[in-house]
Amino acid sequence: MKESPGITGLILNEPLLWEKGKKGRRGFSLPRRDVDFCPLDESLTSRTLDFPDLSEVDVIRHYTRLSQWNFGVDTGMYPLGSCTMKYNPKINEKQARLQGFAGAHPLLPHASSQGALKLMFELERLLAEITGMDAVSLQPAAGAQGELTGMLLIHAFHKSKGVRRSKIIIPDTAHGTNPSSAALCGYRPVPVKSNEQGILSVETIAEVMDEDTAGIMVTTPNTLGLFEENLKEIAEVVHSKGGLVYGDGANMNAIMGIVQMGQIGVDILHLNLHKTFSTPHGGGGPGSGPVCVKKHLEPFLPVPRVVQESDRYVLSEDFPESIGRLHTFFGNFGVMVKAYSYIRTMGPDNLKKASQLAVLNANYIKEMLKGTLHLAYDRPCMHECVFSDKLQQPHKVMTLDMAKRLMDYGFHPPTVYFPLVVNGAIMIEPTETESKQDLDLFIEACKAIANEAQQAPQLLLEAPQKCKVRRMDETAAARRPCLAG
Amino acid sequence: MRYLPHTDEEIASMLQAVGKNNLGELFSTVPEDCRYTGTLNLPEPLTEWELNDLMGALSGTMAASPEYTVFVGAGSYEHYIPESVSYLLSRSEFVTSYTPYQAEMSQGTLQAIYEYQTLAARLLGMEVANASLYDGASALAEALLMAIRITRKNAVGISSLVHPHYRRVVQTYFEPTGHQVLELPRLENGGTDLSPIHGIDNLAAVAVQSPNFLGCIEDLRVIGERAHDKGALFVTCFTEPLAYGLIKNPGGQGADIACGEGQSLGIPQSFGGPGLGMFASKMEYVRSMPGRLVGQTKDLEGKRGFVLTLATREQHIRRDKATSNICTNNSLCALAAAMYMASVGGTGIRELASLNHDKSEYLKQELQKAGFKIAFTTPTFNEFVVEFPRGFDVTYQRLLEKKTVAGLSLAPFYPDLANHYLLCVTETRSKEDMDALVREVTS
Amino acid sequence: MKEIGELQLPDDVRYAEDHEWVRSEGEKTRVGISDYAQDQLGDIVYVELPQVGVTFDKGEEFGTVESVKAVAEFYMPIGGEILGVNTALEKSPELVNKSPYGDGWLIEVKPADSAELDALMTRDVYLETLKGIE
Repeated sequence: MKESPGITGLILNEPLLWEKGKKGRRGFSLPRRDVDFCPLDESLTSRTLDFPDLSEVDVIRHYTRLSQWNFGVDTGMYPLGSCTMKYNPKINEKQARLQGFAGAHPLLPHASSQGALKLMFELERLLAEITGMDAVSLQPAAGAQGELTGMLLIHAFHKSKGVRRSKIIIPDTAHGTNPSSAALCGYRPVPVKSNEQGILSVETIAEVMDEDTAGIMVTTPNTLGLFEENLKEIAEVVHSKGGLVYGDGANMNAIMGIVQMGQIGVDILHLNLHKTFSTPHGGGGPGSGPVCVKKHLEPFLPVPRVVQESDRYVLSEDFPESIGRLHTFFGNFGVMVKAYSYIRTMGPDNLKKASQLAVLNANYIKEMLKGTLHLAYDRPCMHECVFSDKLQQPHKVMTLDMAKRLMDYGFHPPTVYFPLVVNGAIMIEPTETESKQDLDLFIEACKAIANEAQQAPQLLLEAPQKCKVRRMDETAAARRPCLAG
Repeated sequence: MRYLPHTDEEIASMLQAVGKNNLGELFSTVPEDCRYTGTLNLPEPLTEWELNDLMGALSGTMAASPEYTVFVGAGSYEHYIPESVSYLLSRSEFVTSYTPYQAEMSQGTLQAIYEYQTLAARLLGMEVANASLYDGASALAEALLMAIRITRKNAVGISSLVHPHYRRVVQTYFEPTGHQVLELPRLENGGTDLSPIHGIDNLAAVAVQSPNFLGCIEDLRVIGERAHDKGALFVTCFTEPLAYGLIKNPGGQGADIACGEGQSLGIPQSFGGPGLGMFASKMEYVRSMPGRLVGQTKDLEGKRGFVLTLATREQHIRRDKATSNICTNNSLCALAAAMYMASVGGTGIRELASLNHDKSEYLKQELQKAGFKIAFTTPTFNEFVVEFPRGFDVTYQRLLEKKTVAGLSLAPFYPDLANHYLLCVTETRSKEDMDALVREVTS
Repeated sequence: MKEIGELQLPDDVRYAEDHEWVRSEGEKTRVGISDYAQDQLGDIVYVELPQVGVTFDKGEEFGTVESVKAVAEFYMPIGGEILGVNTALEKSPELVNKSPYGDGWLIEVKPADSAELDALMTRDVYLETLKGIE
C-alpha cells in the first residue's frame, strides 16, 4: 500500500520533573518586592515545599518533549466514536486569550462585564435556536455535569407537583455517565433493551413506564450511530404518565439544522461544546455541558442567569424555583468563548453542512469497511458506525489488537468496547473535518490490518511496535497503585 | 469553508459509493415528522477578521488589568502567569488530544498528569491527588459525598466561612439525597465555631476552608482533632492554594480529604472558568475517590510508563455505582498548574507566597493607619476584611470610574457584615496601587 | 481464555449457578469462585470482602471482585454467618487467579441451612452448564 503516516519519528526520552533540576534554579521571574518583609508567626508557617527547582530551559524542554509523545487531532485522524474529535479552530483559541476575557474577574460589577454577559446571553440564544429548545443554562462544566443538572431539573419538576418518583428509564446503549448521573440524584436506573434494529421500540418503554418513573434518558442518534426512529412516540408514552424526556446531546453533530430536539418530544437536552462545537479536548478537559430546556422547565434552571434589562445585561438570582448552583461562578466561560466563535464563524448553512458531511463520512467508511470488519447493524448510520471483531476472532485476534496495530499505521484507534451491546465493539466517528483522502488512508490501513490478522496475526498481538512505549501492565498498576512520585 | 475539506467532486463520488443521490437522502432513517424543514435563524458567517473585530469589541468592555486595578479575590485570583507556561500550553499535542485511554499514544499527557498529581499532593501534604475535577465547589461536594460513602453516615458539618458559592453548590448536589447539612457559625475573631457538632451523632465529615472566605487562616489541627473525636472525616477546602507555599498544609494537620480551587496556579481567571478542581486524600481512601487517576507502571519491555488506573471506580465501568459521574475533567488546566508549579519551584513558591502575604499586610496596615477598622484579628494570607463607613458605595463608584475595583462588598453574603469589604492583594498589586487606594478611600 | 477441557473442576466441592464453589469442612464451610469464573475475569486486581460476623441469605451479594476493566459481584451460594475472610487477598488478589480452590478462597461461612448445600451442583452437573454457556 501507499506509505502510511505511521513511520517512526524523533521521540526523545524525558525524566520526571523531580528527577531533574537543581536547588536554587529559577524558572520564574519573581515580581519586584516594594514592601517590607512581614513574616507570619512561625506556628502558622510550613517548612519549604518539596518541589523541584528548575530553570526555564528545563521546563520548556520537559514539556516540549512530553508533547511529542502525544497524538492530537492536529497530528492526525482521531475517529473516536461519540467523542466528535473534529478540528479545533485556532482563531477561537485567540479569542479566549483576549485579555478582556482571560483577565476578567467573575465578580466584577455588571456594568464592567457587559462584553462577557452579552456573549453568554447570545450563546444561549444561538444554542436554543440550534436545538429548538426555549431556554439554556451554560453553567454545567461538562456533559456529565449537564446530565446531573438535567436529573436535578427533573427532580425539581416532580417535586413542584408534590410528587417524588424513584426510577428513570435508561437504554442499554447509554453512555456510562447516564446511570451514574441518575444515581447521584437518587434515581434507580430501569434498564431497557434496544431491539434487533439497534433502536428502542415503543412497546419496551410502554411496558416499564409508570407513575413512579421520573422519565427516560435517551441519546439520538444513539451510541450505535442510529437515529432513535421511535422517539416521538416514546416521548408521548413517557409524557402520558407524567414523565419527562431527557436527551443526551452528545451526538448532536449528526443533526444540526436537520432535526430539532425540541420538536420531537425532548424536554431537557444537554450539549457538549467540546464535541459538536469544536472546542478542544485538552487531553481530558475542560469541556462545557450546557443544558437546554422547554419552557415548562425554565423556572428550575441554575442561577445566576443572564438577563437583559433594557440595553444592558445583568446576572440575576431572582428565580425562586431554581435548583441552585452547579459551578462556583458561571461555568467554563473560556470554553464558551470558543464555541461562540465557532458558531459565528460557521453560520447556519455551514453548521448544517457540517452535520451532513459528518454523516456522509461515516456512511462512506461503513460501506468501504463492511466485509473487512463485521458490521454490527447493516443499516444506514448517522455520524458514526459500529463494527466488531467477529470476523477476526477465528484468527485469535481481538478488537484490542486491531486498535493497537492502527497506532503503528499512524491513526488514533476508534472507540473500543463501547457500546456494551456489541461484543468487541469498534465505534468509528470520523467527523466532517476529515477529507476523503484521509478517510481513504484510514480505510486502507484497516484493510491492511484485517489482512495481517489473517496472514500474520503476531503483528497485531505485538502491536504497537512504533510508539514510545508498548502495551502497559495495567494489572500491576491496579494491584499496586503508584499514584505519586 | 476552511474547516470543511470536501470538494463537490468528492461529495459526488462518496454519495455514489454509499448509493445516495444527494446529502438529504443520507437522513432516510429520520422519520418525516422529526425532520426540521426550516433554516436555522442564526447570524450569517463572519470572516476571521470580522470575528476578531467583534470579539475585540466585546472584550474591550471588560474591567481587566492592566487597564483596571482590581482588589478582589473571593475565589478568583489575579497572579502573573509566566510566558513560558502560556506558550507550552498552546502546544496542540496537549490541546487537541483526547483523554489518555490509549496509553501508548498519550504518554505526554499521562506523565504530565502524574507529575501534576505528585506536585498537588506535595503542595497539600496529602498522599494521593486525582487528575482534576471541575472546580473548587464541585470538588467540595464530591469530597462530602465521598466522606458519606466511607463512613456510611448521613450528616456533614460545613463552616459558614466556606465560600458562599461552594456551600450553595453542595446544597444543590445534596438536594435529592436527604443528607443533612449543619452550618457552623462564625467566631468573633473570624474563625469557625465548632460547638454545634457536639450535639450530632451521625457526622460523616466536618468541612472548613483555610484561608477562609474572610481571608482568615483557620486552626486546622484543632478542628481536625475535634472532627475525629466525633468519628467524622476531616475535609478541608481552599480557594487560594498559593497560601500553602507559606502556611502549614492541610495534610500535615490531619486532613483526610483536601480539595479546592487551583486557578491561582497558572490558570487565567477567564470570568470564572475553566478553573481547576484539586482533590487529594489519604491513600487508604483511594478506592472511594472520584475522578481519574494516573499510575506509574512498566510496559511489556520493562520500560517505565504511565496509564489511567483504578478505573473500576469510574462511570464507564461502575455506571450507577461509580464514585462519581465525572468523565471530562479539567485536564489541560491541571497541566497548566503543573507547568506553573514546575516553573515557580520549591524556593520560588515560598518567595511568591511571602510576597503575597507581605503586600496584603502592607495595605492592611496603611488602612489601619488611615483610621479604618480591620474586622478580624486572626492572621490572613492575601485577603482580609475592612469596615468602611456607611455610604462607601459612593466612593466605590467613584473609584470604579477611576478604574479601580475597591474590593468586594460582603453585604450580599453575610447580612451582619454590611459595610464590610473583602480586599485581596496579590503579587500583581504595587505599592503605588495600594497607596493610591488608601488615598482615595480616605479623601 | 481457557477451553472447557482445560478448566480445573475438582470434585471435592459443590458449585453454584453464579460460579461460586462451596467446600464443607465441618462447622466451617469455605467459599470461593471456580476456575471458569477467574479465567473469565482475567487478572484480578482487587477483592472486596464483607465484615466477619455479618449474616447473608443465599443469593445475597457479599462482595465484589475487580479486574482492570470490569467489576463483578459475588453471591452467597448458601446462607449463613461470615466466620472468616481471606485477608491475604488484600495484598495478593492474584491468589484467586492462581489458586481459586486453594489459597484464593474468599470466605468461611457457618451454614444456616444444610439443605442448601445439597441443592448445589456436583462437578459433572456444573460442567454440563458450562458447556451450555459456550
